[in-house]
Amino acid sequence: MRYREALGLALREEMERDENVFIMGEDVGVFQGAFKVTAGLLEEFGEKRVRDTPISENTIVGMGVGSAMAGLRPVVEIMTINFALLAMDQVVNHAAAIHYMFGGQVKVPLVVRMPQGGGHQLGPTHSHSLEAMFLHVPGLLVAVPSTAADAHGLLKAAIRDDNPVIFIEHEALYGRKGEVEEGAEPLRFGQAAVRREGEDVTVVGISRMAVTAGAAAETLASEHSISAEVIDPRTLRPLDLDTIIESVKKTNRAVIVEEGWPHGGVGANLAALIQEQAFDWLDAPVLRVTGADVPMPYSKPLEQAAFPHEEHVVAAALASLGRDS
Amino acid sequence: MHSLPEEATSREVLAKMSLIRRFEERAGEMYAQAKVGGFLHLCIGEEATVVGATQALRETDYMMSTYREHGQALARGTSPEAVMAELFGKEGGCSRGRGGSMHLFDLEKRFLGGYGIVGGNLPLAAGVAFASDYTGTEDVTVCMMGDGATNQGTFGESMNLAALWSLPVVYMVINNQFGMGTAIHRHSAITDLSKKAEGMGVPGVKCDGMDVLDVHACVTEAVRKAREERSPQLVEAVTYRFRGHSMADPEEYRSKEEVAEWRKRDPVLAFAGRLVEEGVVTEDEVTKIDEESIARVDAAVEFADESPFPPLDSLYDDLYVMGGQVQGWYSVDERSPETHRGEDEREAGKVAQDLAEAGAAHASDEPADEEQDLSYRRGEDG
Repeated sequence: MRYREALGLALREEMERDENVFIMGEDVGVFQGAFKVTAGLLEEFGEKRVRDTPISENTIVGMGVGSAMAGLRPVVEIMTINFALLAMDQVVNHAAAIHYMFGGQVKVPLVVRMPQGGGHQLGPTHSHSLEAMFLHVPGLLVAVPSTAADAHGLLKAAIRDDNPVIFIEHEALYGRKGEVEEGAEPLRFGQAAVRREGEDVTVVGISRMAVTAGAAAETLASEHSISAEVIDPRTLRPLDLDTIIESVKKTNRAVIVEEGWPHGGVGANLAALIQEQAFDWLDAPVLRVTGADVPMPYSKPLEQAAFPHEEHVVAAALASLGRDS
Repeated sequence: MHSLPEEATSREVLAKMSLIRRFEERAGEMYAQAKVGGFLHLCIGEEATVVGATQALRETDYMMSTYREHGQALARGTSPEAVMAELFGKEGGCSRGRGGSMHLFDLEKRFLGGYGIVGGNLPLAAGVAFASDYTGTEDVTVCMMGDGATNQGTFGESMNLAALWSLPVVYMVINNQFGMGTAIHRHSAITDLSKKAEGMGVPGVKCDGMDVLDVHACVTEAVRKAREERSPQLVEAVTYRFRGHSMADPEEYRSKEEVAEWRKRDPVLAFAGRLVEEGVVTEDEVTKIDEESIARVDAAVEFADESPFPPLDSLYDDLYVMGGQVQGWYSVDERSPETHRGEDEREAGKVAQDLAEAGAAHASDEPADEEQDLSYRRGEDG
């Protein structure tokens, strides 16, 4: 099953399970979703529960917050992560803060889904990777699934969670296939997946970069006889830091791979946490492989040059081991 | 002129307006004594708007407001104790001291909050109204905003969606003539705000915000249309705040004469006068109602004084609803060298506790010297 189908399945299963779950967003109904994640849902669940909205991101998210406060379980789709910036007031000042600032009187069980990432030449307003912005905000949970099964299991968990969840999908992963068990129980937020066990270097991949890290690990093994341990945190808040620290204590080296910008990025944060908690185990500086520090360019070669590929991860892993690439 | 409601209701309305007036005056005094921090926005002058609207609602209806919302909370039935304690930042406050003056909340009274972001509450109200509609209830949501909020993007977005989806919501503009210090004719191309949502499909009506009965009549009809006809409405109440935008407002943007002119229409005095005139209450009874309000506010101050500050180890309370997630690292306090996890903050080690106490100790700092910037507190007018 494809990643997009796994997401659609999760939505369908949760809508069947709980009448209070509904979907709203731009073109989620008649158009069946800009990336076809919501295909078939309007037909199955009707206009009441699958709602096309005007192009009003801040208000769509705000209505999600309000309806969640009043007991519903909205799943809001934002067409692409850059558009979520129009809704940052509702995300940060409202969704994330309301439970806390009103002394715990009301919950906000809201899911905001959106795709991120480059590779389709969508240019500087449709293809960034902004998970670090949401990770920054206390009160939000942040999921970054990289496989079809995780997309399914984490989305179900997100819908059942009583906190606002920023659910970040990846455009380049929508067509990717993986095993998904229909009707599977939700996954738990805060549990990293060790995609590949290894001894020599820990590679942490965020969102699609977990896939890239996995490919790099293959190359490291086959061409360099290096055994890399690949970890996909799956959720950034809560973060399963224990699994990462445990791995670093075993390998003594860490490379963090993300598609987002370097300054204040996920990797910057993780590097700080690793050095705070496993300094004595480190044999090399924690390295980061990140997207280029530019707005995403349109031109194909420039765009490809602006986010990490397998070679960059291999090079970083070799560097952390003190070896030339 | 609207005829008076029955005697008991007339007395209740006067008592509520009187309580709000006395509460706000005392809140201002408490701010001057530095018992209240941050910003303090008083609604003195707007009591008829607040009470007239609130009286038009059922207990099951929802109300949302702006950051100038002490009056709305009190009118909705939140105790003056809980509101004053919130202003004091105390554990006994209606938001447990987390929200402060701008973020009062009382779920039980279906008062869904004061909001500090201008226009930020408009989408929320549409969402609450959507939930009422979705679940098949008759509840209506009334959402207040200031005149300044009509210039925000959420105004147009929310009106369009409310009309498009036939939501049971009444948006109410409390037009007190100023968006902070900018007069309405300097901030809005259309100054008849009741017309501002027409193009988005939300009809509007204008009422006299200094006349509690007119506000009540207009909002009652708007709420009826929202409830029965599923037609969202806009009500503009034209009013005036007698005090500054916040306590930190030297009021250089308006003349004393203008304020004095509006004060002649004091909504509390006007309604009391009319009740006396029509023989519903005597002058003595008006005085007694006023004295009761003062006593009620005295009790609120006493409660707020005695309520403890929130314990330091509750810093991370209610950041997340803990459920099936794996425990750990929801939030990370990196101020101490120890590792500790948000939800286990209470179990954090001694270093973290010492640091928290060291930080909290600054709460009692007096302004140390002349150089300290206290500009945000300037313009205190008592």
